[in-house]
Amino acid sequence: MKLLARPGCLLALALPLAAHAGDGRLLATGGVTEIEGSAGGGLVPWAVLAGYGTREQSGATAFRTRLDLPDYRLDAWGAAFTWHNRVELSAARDRFDLGTLGQAIGDPGAALRQDVFGAKLRLAGDLVYGPLPQFSLGVQHKRLLDFTIPHLAGARRDSGTDIYLAASQLLLGAAAGYNLLWNVTLRSTAANQFGLLGFGGDRGGRRLVGEGSLAVMPDPHVAVGAEYRQKPDNLSFARESHASDLFVAWFPCKHVALTAAYVSLGPIAGLRNQRGWYVSLQGSR
Amino acid sequence: MKRHLSCLATALLLLAGCASTPTRNPTLYVQLGGRNGIAAITDQLLDAFARDPLVAPAFRHVDIGLFQTHFTDYLCQLAEGPCRYTGDSMAEVHRGMHIDEATFNAVVQDLITAMNHQHVPVRVQNRLLARLAPERKDIIYR
Ligand code: HEM
Repeated sequence: MKLLARPGCLLALALPLAAHAGDGRLLATGGVTEIEGSAGGGLVPWAVLAGYGTREQSGATAFRTRLDLPDYRLDAWGAAFTWHNRVELSAARDRFDLGTLGQAIGDPGAALRQDVFGAKLRLAGDLVYGPLPQFSLGVQHKRLLDFTIPHLAGARRDSGTDIYLAASQLLLGAAAGYNLLWNVTLRSTAANQFGLLGFGGDRGGRRLVGEGSLAVMPDPHVAVGAEYRQKPDNLSFARESHASDLFVAWFPCKHVALTAAYVSLGPIAGLRNQRGWYVSLQGSR
Repeated sequence: MKRHLSCLATALLLLAGCASTPTRNPTLYVQLGGRNGIAAITDQLLDAFARDPLVAPAFRHVDIGLFQTHFTDYLCQLAEGPCRYTGDSMAEVHRGMHIDEATFNAVVQDLITAMNHQHVPVRVQNRLLARLAPERKDIIYR
């Protein structure tokens, strides 16, 4: 467990495991990596599994993301491994730099860190082929490493597990001739600000939230779209609202994906609406 | 929060609506450049096959001249052109070939390469790919 607690180790483990890696799926069908380490968009896990492996192959990805906000900064990194396009295992570390808030509380370098261990099972369907969308069921187990501030803010627990059901489909030529990708995710979660502010609070605990993504592909290498994600609002002391983004993802080849987005996370820990630029790099094999 | 979700649902429906607005004319056949355009795509496709390690072995003993004609007729008919494909069904043609997902996608990628080579616009490419996609279930794992 000690070894697994470090996402970097999992990366080192996963890449050799993918020695029988395959890239038999079509370009872009592995998506990119969302901030909690699952294959998806930037904020929302999709039904797709990481990498490009088919039912005979395995695949793996590693990612690094930065989101610069007016008062904070989010860094995320991690890796995912997919077995036979059926099961995805992922590990990621989120580091939320408290910036302005850190200075206000006399601790300028303060940050909130969490580890996220994910598993996703493809239940049915195929993203591209067949009449049905691809359906997947996933869990994200989150462990907060810095609980002092979330606890002061009223969070009840320092760990929690999200469960989600996602449906994704790529419709060939459906957006005025261009390919259209849609995704809907239903998540059961108690996480405050994705888990960075702990789990549960005076206003409640676990609840069901909705998330969605819509993208158009002007070219097989590029996806342009938007995402929306509800969040619970469990802390009177640190109210929160939904998150959303506008993104462009570029897939120059099956080994690399680069995503740029303008993200809005809503108010965080009492500080004004947090909007800023998001950049993410993903490597696949 | 509910309002936002219904907003997203509306956006989805609107997009789906756009998707189903008829784009009847011109036919895909015309957009692909008629039978000559399709024959040129098939030639490029055969070049791409020859360079593709996943696909080339399957065509080693195939009469390429015959395949050229039949495949062009097949695409031409699929694109609503004035041709008749007289060969067997996709399930029968590919029986016993044990084509897997990766090989199928390799052929799709080779077709995209071939169409790029012939400067077929992305939207026209998607139109053809959308008509080919339903055939996959009859072609793979047989
Ligand atoms: C969208 C996918 C595909 C379509 C629409 C398609 C269509 C066709 C057509 C129309 C023919 C000509 C049949 C005839 O001569 O009467 C053919 C033959 C053939 N196809 Fe496919 N095919 C597809 C995918 C594949 C794949 C993935 C492979 C495997 C590499 C493959 C291997 C072959 C071979 C080897 C022949 C020659 C059979 C022979 O003449 O003995 N095809 N295909």
